[in-house]
Amino acid sequence: MMLARVIGRSWSSIKHPTYNGRIVFHVQPVRPDGSSIGRPFLAVDAVGAGPGELVLVAREGNTARQVLEAPEQPVHAVVMGIVDEVSVAGAPKGSA
Amino acid sequence: MKLGRVVGTVVSTRKDEGIDGLRMMLVRDLTFEFALQDAFVVAIDSVGAGVGEVVLYASGSSARQTPVTNNRPVDAVIMAIVDTVEVEGTVRYHKATEGA
Amino acid sequence: MEQARVIGTVVATVIDPSLVGVRLLVVQPEDADGAPNGPPTVAADALQCGAGERVQIVHGREAALALPISFTPVDVAIVAIVDGSDRCS
Repeated sequence: MMLARVIGRSWSSIKHPTYNGRIVFHVQPVRPDGSSIGRPFLAVDAVGAGPGELVLVAREGNTARQVLEAPEQPVHAVVMGIVDEVSVAGAPKGSA
Repeated sequence: MKLGRVVGTVVSTRKDEGIDGLRMMLVRDLTFEFALQDAFVVAIDSVGAGVGEVVLYASGSSARQTPVTNNRPVDAVIMAIVDTVEVEGTVRYHKATEGA
Repeated sequence: MEQARVIGTVVATVIDPSLVGVRLLVVQPEDADGAPNGPPTVAADALQCGAGERVQIVHGREAALALPISFTPVDVAIVAIVDGSDRCS
């Protein structure tokens, strides 16, 4: 899992049925201090996250399928938590 | 899937028995401008590819989803021999005329 | 999973039997603004996409699950055609 920021949203009408009723976010991986690291990617929302929020994202298929309760479905990345606080070496950082 | 050129073969006598009998090819990644990249992978051949050919290979657990690699300890498989690649309306590669 | 743009096609006649009739497209990953985001790759088309279309791609073994025959050596597949994409501030 990684820390990421929800930076956008993607809409589709023609899509694999797995994605019916699901929200797909653009997420940007971030360091504990909130700065961007690596390239943005897409992840399916499982927790009702919103734009700009700091979230917990898994970019691994088995995890994504478990969290979304979508066995044998083509999903590979999932927003699986909304982060309240990150603390590094005792100092609270980041924000909800 | 990634685009690569088969640049050699790999032979190993002392290896995991799970890959006994499989053909190991040395594949070098290609850009879509058909430049060789500084990236190599040892991939199992499932389609009869030969040295010099342009191929597609799949990585990760997808690589185990062929009849020859099923349930074997394999993380890269050549699953297609490329005939033609077209990008932005231009034919970048055509096997029949390459080098002609 | 990534957003990408269809920029080309690959034709292969010698191919895993599970992929006969499946289109292989060259896709350029993009960010939310449509700017290139990493190198192009080849994706199996699980829909019917056209050149230039913005699509959503899935990586890993899950890509294979989008195809008609899911026991297939595919690690990238197109699973949606993107209508719109917004960057939030």
